[in-house]
Amino acid sequence: MEAILLQILNGLDKGSAYALIALGLTLIFGTLGVVNFAHGALFMIGAFSAVTLSRLLSTSYTVIDESRTDFLGNPLKVEMPYLHDWFGPEFGQAIINWSVPLAILFSIPIMVAVGFAMERGLIKHFYKRPHADQILVTFGLAIVLQEIVKAVYGANPIPTPAPPAFSGSFDFGALIGFDPLQIMYPYWRLVYFAFAILIIGAVFAFLRFTTFGMVVRAGMADRETVGLLGIDIDKRFTIMFAIAAVVAGLAGVMYAPINSPNYHMGMDFLVLSFVVVVVGGMGSLSGAVLAGFLLGILESFASMAQVIEVVPGINQIIIYLVAILILLTRPRGLMGRKGVMEE
Amino acid sequence: MTFTTKTVGRRGVIQGGAALGVGLAAPTFFNSPARADMHTGYLNAPQGGTVTLGFNVPQSGPYAEEGADELRAYKLAVKHLNGEGDGGMMNTMRINGGDTALQGNGILGKKVEYVTGDTQTKSDAARASARSMIEKDGAIMITGGSSSGVAVAVQALCQETGIIFMAGLTHSNDTTGKDRKANGFRHFFNSYMSGAALAPVLAANYGTDRKAYHLTADYNWGYTTEEAVTQATEAMGWETVNAVKTPLTQTDFSSYIAPVLQSGADVLVLNHYGGNMVNSLTNAVQFGLRDAEVNGKNFEIVVPLYSRLMAKGAGANVKGIFGSTNWHWSLSDDASKAFVQSFGKEYGFPPSQAAHTCYVQALLYADACERAGTFNPCGVVEALEGLEFDGLGNGPTLYRAEDHQCFKDVLVVKGKENPESEFDLLEVVEVTPVDQVMYAPDHPQMGGAEATLGSCNTGV
Repeated sequence: MEAILLQILNGLDKGSAYALIALGLTLIFGTLGVVNFAHGALFMIGAFSAVTLSRLLSTSYTVIDESRTDFLGNPLKVEMPYLHDWFGPEFGQAIINWSVPLAILFSIPIMVAVGFAMERGLIKHFYKRPHADQILVTFGLAIVLQEIVKAVYGANPIPTPAPPAFSGSFDFGALIGFDPLQIMYPYWRLVYFAFAILIIGAVFAFLRFTTFGMVVRAGMADRETVGLLGIDIDKRFTIMFAIAAVVAGLAGVMYAPINSPNYHMGMDFLVLSFVVVVVGGMGSLSGAVLAGFLLGILESFASMAQVIEVVPGINQIIIYLVAILILLTRPRGLMGRKGVMEE
Repeated sequence: MTFTTKTVGRRGVIQGGAALGVGLAAPTFFNSPARADMHTGYLNAPQGGTVTLGFNVPQSGPYAEEGADELRAYKLAVKHLNGEGDGGMMNTMRINGGDTALQGNGILGKKVEYVTGDTQTKSDAARASARSMIEKDGAIMITGGSSSGVAVAVQALCQETGIIFMAGLTHSNDTTGKDRKANGFRHFFNSYMSGAALAPVLAANYGTDRKAYHLTADYNWGYTTEEAVTQATEAMGWETVNAVKTPLTQTDFSSYIAPVLQSGADVLVLNHYGGNMVNSLTNAVQFGLRDAEVNGKNFEIVVPLYSRLMAKGAGANVKGIFGSTNWHWSLSDDASKAFVQSFGKEYGFPPSQAAHTCYVQALLYADACERAGTFNPCGVVEALEGLEFDGLGNGPTLYRAEDHQCFKDVLVVKGKENPESEFDLLEVVEVTPVDQVMYAPDHPQMGGAEATLGSCNTGV
């Protein structure tokens, strides 16, 4: 029982990341009809926004400490962050420690700018081209973006810890009456899950309860008619692209403390996120979210030692296996609509 | 106006013929019998005033940082071999109890040049780049790499084509175990040695009554490391509760880490390297494993193969965690200090263990050629087999003839609690004497009696 609960909890945070990325993918596909293989790169850029802010906040000047030596035997150069001088060592360090949550604000303008640049600069030229062309150009863009990040930040993962207040884990099992130490869960993963729910809720509320969202939903259902009503749907769809970029970026920012960001983290998530979109049903936002959590939890279960013992290698194929099963029984995915990608 | 026409007379023809004869004869003259031995009769025998080495390192992909450091080390070695710079460890190296044959005038009087290839940490890409350097660039020796899968694949290629392979960072037993080859040599230590060195330190620090849970990268290196550490720790009295294979492409290890505490284990052994290690260790710390108390003992984590470059990625999570390493820049012997000075002045930061092993391999190859008096692979193999050397940062070392594996002391390290700089991440807690990590060439972990080197191949 403990093992099952534990894997459900584990699946929730992995599912949160899948759901957030798949949500953005579906928004872009549903509005612009573009299959965006550069969406994983947006997730990666988000995570590197957190790295960038952390480095900016840690900007230092050098003090030479004559009492100690460096590896060459020269006097040691000690880095002193400017923030320590400006706000005192304790508060200055606290600001640096909180760089990941602060990066939420920092990343939004970056992601909006990247989203606009990507859509206006490249993707809009491919609206009327076949999906294969869109996949090729966005995949190429993803490779370019990850190579740029690698050139700037290097190939090694960069540790970007959560604030000390959220480091460590709590005994979830003891809270609900199990033996101690049976179900441990890191605080930050709980924060990530809550954050994902908040963002997903916000996107749904925006689409459901605002006039802008209503127009976008109408455009998703019938772009031509909305255009004929005199509404500049293209402009709204560009804004939706930027919003999707922000969602992916925020997912990346908050993911940075879970796994140290590296330049290929976007690609790692991209393929699975596409499976999530297809399983959820192309163009269905709630399908994407549902499938994200479902596949995240299934992947967790398949990684249990007991399961691997019975079916070796199941952890690596479970998602694709489930995708095949679902597509065989429900060809449009869990919540897919008729007519999407079927023309 | 008078026009004079130059006609070629009989005398001119004779003179020209003689000159042509001398010209045509010249190469034969320079290839006198003694020299013919040196520079003919094997693949890519260098003919001009230069010799080309092939540096096959990961320049892209997840191990690009290690590859970059390997390349820096090779460039430094080339400088030193050609008599430039401060000479680094060429000044400290001792060969069979005497001085090195290297004189700082290249190798066998030929200036050392190099070409580079990108292994991408993929076996097929690494073989393609090595083949290109051998066939197109005429590389006489291939060296480098940061993966055992790559090392085994490139070593086999070098054996087939008749080129010497001086392995870079490869830690799997198989490289000089079941997949050993006559043309291949490894200076880096291996999984068996890590297990043998770590186990006593672990027993001394954590006791002999421990239950270990292994997470193992699902490939060649992971298997041999798990086997080595399991056998070594079980011999000390530890029990292995479970050993789970994790996909090499895994990035989030939470679903593998979370059940560890439920298993009743009180030690987690992470047979992971590179990005796998960074992520699994980070996840393990996040899940509170380091703060947990199981079976009345503090829960502990062990990382059998440490790398400073990777430790940097894991940040503060490495603090207090035991592992092993081939070499560390903080060693205080004259050779290590000379290398750190030389490398540090050139690049501004200390070298990694990957850089160290590659630099040493380049020097050892060059010295073997000098002593053999030829670049002929069979001559080089003969010069390296059974070689005893010192002054290269690891103390007295043997290049064992039976499997072409170096035997030297092994460093057990621990993540430093209070690092003084970004490089100061590991501290050496014990230097395990070579006798403790020695094994028979036909040890079961090394492929048993069936594993043989075969015979050296000159490629012609």
